[in-house]
Amino acid sequence: MSNIVVDKSKVPWWVSNVIVPLVNLTLALLVSGLFVFIAGENPVEAVKLIIYGSFGYIQGFAYTLYYTTNFIFTGLAFAVAFHCRLFNIGGEGQAYIGGLGVFLVAINLSFLPVPIVWLLAIFGAFLFGAAWAYIPAYLQSKRGSHVVITTIMFNFIASSLMIFLLVDVIRDTNQMAPHTVKLPEAIWLPSFEAFSGILGIKIRYSPLNLTFLLAIASLFFVWFLIWKTKWGYEMRAVGHNTQAAIYAGISPHKNIIIAMCISGGLAGLLGVNEILGVSHKIQAGFPAGYGFTGIAVALMGRNHPIGILPAAFLFGILYQGGSEVTFEMPNITRYMFVAVQGLIILFSGALENLFRPQIESFFVRRLNREVSA
Amino acid sequence: MVSPILELTNINKSFGHVHANKNINLTINKGTIHGIIGENGAGKSTLMSIVFGLYQANSGTIKINEKEIKLRSPRDSIINGIGMVHQHFMLVENFTVLENIILGFEGETVFGEKLEKAKKDLEKLCETYNFNIDLNATISDLSVGFRQRVEILKSLYRGAEILILDEPTGVLTPQEVDELFKILRSLKEEGKTIVLITHKLIEIMDLTSEVSVMRQGEMVGHTKTKNTNKEQLAEMMVGRSVLLRVDKKEIKKGEIIFKVNNLSVKDDLDVTRVKDVNLEICSGEILGIAGVTGNGQTELLEALSGIRKVESGNIELFGEKISDQDNFLNPRMLKEKGLAHVPEDRQRMGLISDFKACENLIFGYHDQEPFSKSSILNNKEIKEHSKKVMQEYDVRPSSPTLTTSNFSGGNQQKIILSRELNENPKVLLVGQPTRGVDIGAIEFIHQRLIDMRDRGAAILLASVELDEILSLSDRIVVMFDGKIVGEKENKNVTDRELGLLMAGVSE
Repeated sequence: MSNIVVDKSKVPWWVSNVIVPLVNLTLALLVSGLFVFIAGENPVEAVKLIIYGSFGYIQGFAYTLYYTTNFIFTGLAFAVAFHCRLFNIGGEGQAYIGGLGVFLVAINLSFLPVPIVWLLAIFGAFLFGAAWAYIPAYLQSKRGSHVVITTIMFNFIASSLMIFLLVDVIRDTNQMAPHTVKLPEAIWLPSFEAFSGILGIKIRYSPLNLTFLLAIASLFFVWFLIWKTKWGYEMRAVGHNTQAAIYAGISPHKNIIIAMCISGGLAGLLGVNEILGVSHKIQAGFPAGYGFTGIAVALMGRNHPIGILPAAFLFGILYQGGSEVTFEMPNITRYMFVAVQGLIILFSGALENLFRPQIESFFVRRLNREVSA
Repeated sequence: MVSPILELTNINKSFGHVHANKNINLTINKGTIHGIIGENGAGKSTLMSIVFGLYQANSGTIKINEKEIKLRSPRDSIINGIGMVHQHFMLVENFTVLENIILGFEGETVFGEKLEKAKKDLEKLCETYNFNIDLNATISDLSVGFRQRVEILKSLYRGAEILILDEPTGVLTPQEVDELFKILRSLKEEGKTIVLITHKLIEIMDLTSEVSVMRQGEMVGHTKTKNTNKEQLAEMMVGRSVLLRVDKKEIKKGEIIFKVNNLSVKDDLDVTRVKDVNLEICSGEILGIAGVTGNGQTELLEALSGIRKVESGNIELFGEKISDQDNFLNPRMLKEKGLAHVPEDRQRMGLISDFKACENLIFGYHDQEPFSKSSILNNKEIKEHSKKVMQEYDVRPSSPTLTTSNFSGGNQQKIILSRELNENPKVLLVGQPTRGVDIGAIEFIHQRLIDMRDRGAAILLASVELDEILSLSDRIVVMFDGKIVGEKENKNVTDRELGLLMAGVSE
């Protein structure tokens, strides 16, 4: 029976926001286990490998957190737009252009004091990402062109534009590959090894760097923006009920543009991690699908920073642990983990309401019994 | 000779945790008009949907002519002689009356002799009950009253002995209501049984011979109509005594503060819906706009409140032009100038049902102190404010953090009203303030509007409930087809006179 009616006011928050996502996640992982089994490997061993790969040694854990950093940015990017009911699937392109912003600021202003270069580069990333999101936002608010369509197209445009720039304009002319010169070492963001050196631990290279703290700060920023400021209030009002927003004198046009620009800006911050933190140059295709995976992160995290943090961490584990698995189990390819991501999106997004009514009514009944007992 | 035609015993129906019908027993006698009355959400429509086979009861039995039957779908009910006229008509607009009636029941009647026979049968039915319908007319050309007749005719043609009418008068003018009642009476003469679901006490007193009252999913009483009165029925519906009339002091009219000059407004489809309207409202006065739904009231209110663009003409507030075709102030600027607006459709416009109550209580005022300071919301202040106004306006439950969709219609309306009245507006635009609101809350809302008027506010009240217009307004204008077709002082004006104007019959 699909028509179970649950009195929403009686459902405890932890049932809808913790239990239901966990059940959906478990199901996704069970089905993934089935795939691993069909591929001829032992699912239990695969899980062990994932856990070892992502937590078992300090370098692995650092990699997990590095991936988490990227997912926090793209997850938040999607969530902010979604609070205004905009489906921004252009995170990939916005991150790409954001990277251009970081690089241009850093390479041209590297003579300034280092912390100032960092701040300006972060600002540049945000600004470029926001500018790239502004165009679809404008088209949506003034012309009614749906952002889903335009942001997808803008991913392709961003990709083509960057290839053009990397091949013809900003390529490091000393070599053939489509990437830029490296930034001067003085302005690289301090990496995790540098910190661990201070603490007296010696670890091998990892891509984790100071940007992780920027990601944590962004979680706070988004929480504050959405629930504590009038801009967040207005964005949510437009998202929930545009007619009512107009009635209250809140401009849907303005808020669509603000939400999309903040969303694009957050996606752009991925460029800080990748360029100022890790590779120190723009490489072709560096956003590598983080923008799309961010959609899954946001959906799993129910578009709330408190949910996005664990969701991003989970995807970090899957990325890092997954590469450990593909390394150890020849039958499991990289693409298997793309399928696992797909299953998580399927169960926590598209099939989100599959078990929700049953689970909620189960808990409501139990709690009622406790009260009456 | 009285014999029961429909007997319901111990009917129960739940939707999740909502117990919509609890142990309902009901006996309806053959050849009577039986009224079922109750507030919104009392379970009337659920009960009748069970009888019509749209829902299945969780338990209980249904007997027709003393024979127990199972009703699994509307088809079963039609076979057993039950017909239903829904609140929203189920007609294909671009088909003719005849085509609509045989639709889904055509069998072999689409061509030739059978069709001729169907037509003859229908003509006879029309004559018997004085329907006065052209079977070849297209539905879209017919008025609402006639469309309703087509629905009744459809049920009769399918052999209905019991006819259920769900709130049949909501969309009709008083004259159309008279015509409908005539038809219903003649159906009764011919031995048909009629079940009338309504929340209007006048209709019960006028038409029915027996009445059953429902409250919160339970049947709270059955009585012969002649042994009861409106006050008693109202008390049974609400569970306490209610004041049916509004106490109103003598008008203390001030100067004109709100003026509308030659206003025309178009809707989203670019159709002119408000045509050359002129209005003047003084402080301390309630101006009522009467009219059947869809005659331009919605667009008028939207234009006056700054939501919709003015096509031509202008609007003045305190002698200052606030809107014309080139400029218009947005709703927030108008609020700052002392104009508040309670919109017609609270779900679509008045509030955001996914927001918490406290978030809705500051909606539109959210960027004013003390609710926010330099763009940061002061949640503590917002909650305290909410707690205060929720108590003052008796919003139940008075819990500011509860999601708004969990409040009943009446309480949602109180949330909007408290928000808009709290700032002591100079001009108040109100659309359908009591639509879908229970009697207890209606009384409260009316009293608040009168209080505002006595404090010197200029109030524009648009309502399709003529009773509401008559009991609250000092002056009444009637809108028909986007135009003001009449203006009356609310002294000695009758609902008949207004009804003629509402139907477009000019003086």
